[in-house]
Amino acid sequence: MLRALLSRLGSLTVVIAGVSLITYGLIYLTPGDPAHTILHERRGSSPSESEVAMFRAEHGLDEPFVIQYIEWLTGIFRGDLGTSYASSEPVTTLLLQYLPNTVELALAAMAVSLALSIPVGVVSAVHRDTWIDRTSQFAALLGISMPNFWLGYLLILLFALHLGLTPTSGSGTLAHLLLPAITLGTGLAAIVTRIVRTSMLEVLEEEYVDTARSKGVSERLVVYKHALRNALIPVVTIVGLQFGFVLNGAVVVEVVFQRPGLGTLLVDAVFARDYPIVQGVVLVTAVAFVITNQLVDLAYVALDPRIERGEHA
Amino acid sequence: MWRSLDAVREWLSERTRSQFAWSLRTTPGVRFGGTVVCLLAVVAVFGPLVSPYDPTAQVLEARFEGPSLAHPLGTDALGRDVATRIVHGARVSLALAVAATAVRVVIGTTIGLLAGYVGGLVDTALMRLVDIQLAFPGLVLALVIAGVLGPSLRNVMIALSVVGWASYARVVRGNVLEVKDRPFVEAARLYGTPQRRIARRHLLPNVVNPVVVLATMNLGTIVLTAAGLSFLGLGAQPPTPEWGTMIAGGRDYLRSAPWIVTAPGIAIMATVIGFNVLGDGLRDVLDPDHLGERERGRS
Repeated sequence: MLRALLSRLGSLTVVIAGVSLITYGLIYLTPGDPAHTILHERRGSSPSESEVAMFRAEHGLDEPFVIQYIEWLTGIFRGDLGTSYASSEPVTTLLLQYLPNTVELALAAMAVSLALSIPVGVVSAVHRDTWIDRTSQFAALLGISMPNFWLGYLLILLFALHLGLTPTSGSGTLAHLLLPAITLGTGLAAIVTRIVRTSMLEVLEEEYVDTARSKGVSERLVVYKHALRNALIPVVTIVGLQFGFVLNGAVVVEVVFQRPGLGTLLVDAVFARDYPIVQGVVLVTAVAFVITNQLVDLAYVALDPRIERGEHA
Repeated sequence: MWRSLDAVREWLSERTRSQFAWSLRTTPGVRFGGTVVCLLAVVAVFGPLVSPYDPTAQVLEARFEGPSLAHPLGTDALGRDVATRIVHGARVSLALAVAATAVRVVIGTTIGLLAGYVGGLVDTALMRLVDIQLAFPGLVLALVIAGVLGPSLRNVMIALSVVGWASYARVVRGNVLEVKDRPFVEAARLYGTPQRRIARRHLLPNVVNPVVVLATMNLGTIVLTAAGLSFLGLGAQPPTPEWGTMIAGGRDYLRSAPWIVTAPGIAIMATVIGFNVLGDGLRDVLDPDHLGERERGRS
């Protein structure tokens, strides 16, 4: 067990190191010299040699790539991700400022999706191949296939503009959170509904469910106590693995609802070529994503004793 | 003797092939999804030839016209026919999705074959690379790559090509590991068949099915992601008719002219539904053990 854990930790370190290298290296995809391009785009005209040199010196871009990368990397361990090109604010400060809003949105969306998907998935499985099942399966297909930014505007149109029930944009109150959470939660709910349904169907065919039935346990109790509990094990891991889906979606949804968060921070920084911010957001999301996936894997092992504790392919 | 055996083999494969074609045609998902996708392809290819309007020319006296006989889906803020722009947009979206998927398939399959067949250190190194690629949330990485390269349709295509290949590498590697020690591969090896030929003739055919299923699903995901990136302003630039860009262009007129936003969204959704249903159906026929299942939705 310990050895498996250590080897896992080892490969995790390699992955995170690779992630940081790619994240830092991304800015060198800039057409031409980054300093020159940034200054040019900022002012709309070509900068002079000395201006470019000054910008490079100011932001450490005059060093060789390896030195720049190592300096950035060692900075991370001191909680320093550099400073924004535009506002000179430390990237760490900006991240800490915007992160809570995104976490709030992500958690609310997960809550919405579970509240929708578990009941719908269970009912769908229990009434397999009836119109109820078919309707909910079709709804799930719609949910998966719908662009979330579009759904966001439909919800704004209906609830904010026509009914006047919620604000169209911004953040701060529960009313501000409602539409973004539904927008982001719907896609997730669609995925999870399918998993709940499949998982439930499998469990309902297990022997212990038959045993419970033959012992005269009421059908309601069989479904909700015996079956549902076991059916939820794979659901936990799928929900965890959808963390990346939530992060992806949050970017777009935050833009639609003009919510300050990591997504809007990232998009604005990408357009402004404010690379320290871009690198900071990408690094934080990727590392968070990797670590969640690892935790989910561990949770899966802990939740289900039937799974071998070995390395999976 | 050999000749006759070959004939038997041919007859058998002919038989399974027709059986296979039959099961393809009768699977509801394949029928429905396939029909939607074919219709879309027809619209994308011939639609622009049929429409009487120019997708980019501004007609200022025809701004914000609601749906009518002349403009079935209304006109936008610059008086352009929404339906015409959607039809042209189908070209953009489908071409981009097909191109990006093709690149993903080629990169992913090559890496998966190498990792699975060569094994050892090569395998470890390549699989770490796969892990690193999967460590980034797909849209976030694609957004940054496209943004740094500079907003354009071409750069979105590049970004979406280099981002999603890891799933293919995993599926292909898994399949190769499963078959590479089977007797028929062993026999080929003992017989002195060159490695490349073994890879092409014996390993590749065994990975085609899960890859086809994954690619079909992927087409839908890419249409969604590309529309999202264009919506954010990173992809197709105005006045190019692209579905995501159209939604971004109509958001300020949501109350007065909702059709500018709703119509392209329905086009995106219909396309993605087509690919998803087709992919589900193909999986039932081609990949009944759901080998590609783990990788769905990862990119």
